[in-house]
Amino acid sequence: MTMLEVKDIYKSYGDVHILNGVSFTMKKDETKVIIGPSGTGKSTLLRCINQLSPPDKGQVWLNGEEITNPKSNINKLREKIGFVFQDFNLFNHLTALRNVSIGLEKVKKIEKEAAYKRAMEELTRVGLAAQAAQYPAQLSGGQKQRVGIARALAMDPDLILFDEPTSALDPELIGDVLDVMKSLCGKVAMLVVTHEMGFARNVADEIIFMEGGVIVEQGSPKEMFTNAKMARTREFLGRIGALYGDEEGG
Amino acid sequence: MAADFGQFFLNSLPNLLSGLGYTLLLTFISIAVGFCLGIVLALGRVYGTKVVNGFCVGYIELIRGTPLLVQLFIIYFGLPTIGIIFTPLQAALIGLALNSGAYQAEYLRGSIQSVESGQMNAARSLGMNKLQSIRHVILPQALRISIPAWSNEFIYLLQYSSIAYIIQVTELTAEGKFIAAHTFRYLEVFAMIAVIYLILTIVSTEIIDRIAKRLSIPGIGAATRISLRDM
Repeated sequence: MTMLEVKDIYKSYGDVHILNGVSFTMKKDETKVIIGPSGTGKSTLLRCINQLSPPDKGQVWLNGEEITNPKSNINKLREKIGFVFQDFNLFNHLTALRNVSIGLEKVKKIEKEAAYKRAMEELTRVGLAAQAAQYPAQLSGGQKQRVGIARALAMDPDLILFDEPTSALDPELIGDVLDVMKSLCGKVAMLVVTHEMGFARNVADEIIFMEGGVIVEQGSPKEMFTNAKMARTREFLGRIGALYGDEEGG
Repeated sequence: MAADFGQFFLNSLPNLLSGLGYTLLLTFISIAVGFCLGIVLALGRVYGTKVVNGFCVGYIELIRGTPLLVQLFIIYFGLPTIGIIFTPLQAALIGLALNSGAYQAEYLRGSIQSVESGQMNAARSLGMNKLQSIRHVILPQALRISIPAWSNEFIYLLQYSSIAYIIQVTELTAEGKFIAAHTFRYLEVFAMIAVIYLILTIVSTEIIDRIAKRLSIPGIGAATRISLRDM
């Protein structure tokens, strides 16, 4: 059954056309990876899905409800869509625990005690129980991003959008974040913009290759890596594979 | 001479303490009311619609573009001609609060804008509405950032509350003027008053610094005055 439907999305900033008609669907608990050159609109697409940047044209549906409809309660719908940012965007003035619990407290109106308990479970899940009392400025980049993932998970989302979650990390910290993401596979739907080809190859149910604001080609990792139909896809994968390596773990 | 000054100081004390009471009353009430007003104006400037933003800019420019003294004269001497009459204390409180609100609005606006935009994105992505995001994510950070500027505003207000003496509020400076006019000991009286202001300023700065340290975010450090020791 289709959980997310993205239908013919267009988005421009001034005269610059970023997205030129993007459509795809996602099923429950599916993992899809979006790859493509910089400036192709991958991040913009994610922001169009959760309406941080509403699209100019096109629709987004989540579980049969149209997110792009101005009459929809966007705050209610966003509870169901987690977002993990490239530069983490943890709340600087809150401990790791409260970063995870604040959505439960203020949005879901869950009692403080229960919210802390749930937040602690999520921090444990990402391997950061010991850092619960630390503030973002006291955490490493990899730890920050895992708190970011825990923050998204705590809301029990149907879908988590990952916007280049490892791009701002030192190479030796990327593995921990990717491991956490892999552990979520099949438990929650994930739409991941990344250059980590290892992750794309080993974890994704489908890879979407975007360029120039459109989807050039999409398919299973096996098809895409060994038998891509479009020359442009093969060229990009060849180049990025040489650059980032397509080994396990990226 | 010294014994004489001691006696003079004791004789003046009741008046000075009464004046000090009014000075503190003026300062604390106007800083508090001005703070609430400042937050509303600053939020209106940053997040308001064009109309709201325009209104806030208009208010802030009007207040900052005219002398406090003229504002006090309009409130105390001007408004009665159209039937609105305030006591001196009321007029001074209104004038100082309205004035301080405009200045605090600008300090707060700067702090709000210095909170990274990603913080708002993250809050909205969790499902918080705009108001919740501002309240739980933006303001707690912006207010911490604004403490040093706010500390200046507090000291400014503490000292400039003396201007209220011109509309006959018997605050500290007015009491000094009263004592001096009766004793002709201007130097001693105003030296005493200067020392009182100085002590008030040093104590309040120290208190605000301690508050800033206590509220500082671990790993980032307190937003406080730069001391030579940190250089």
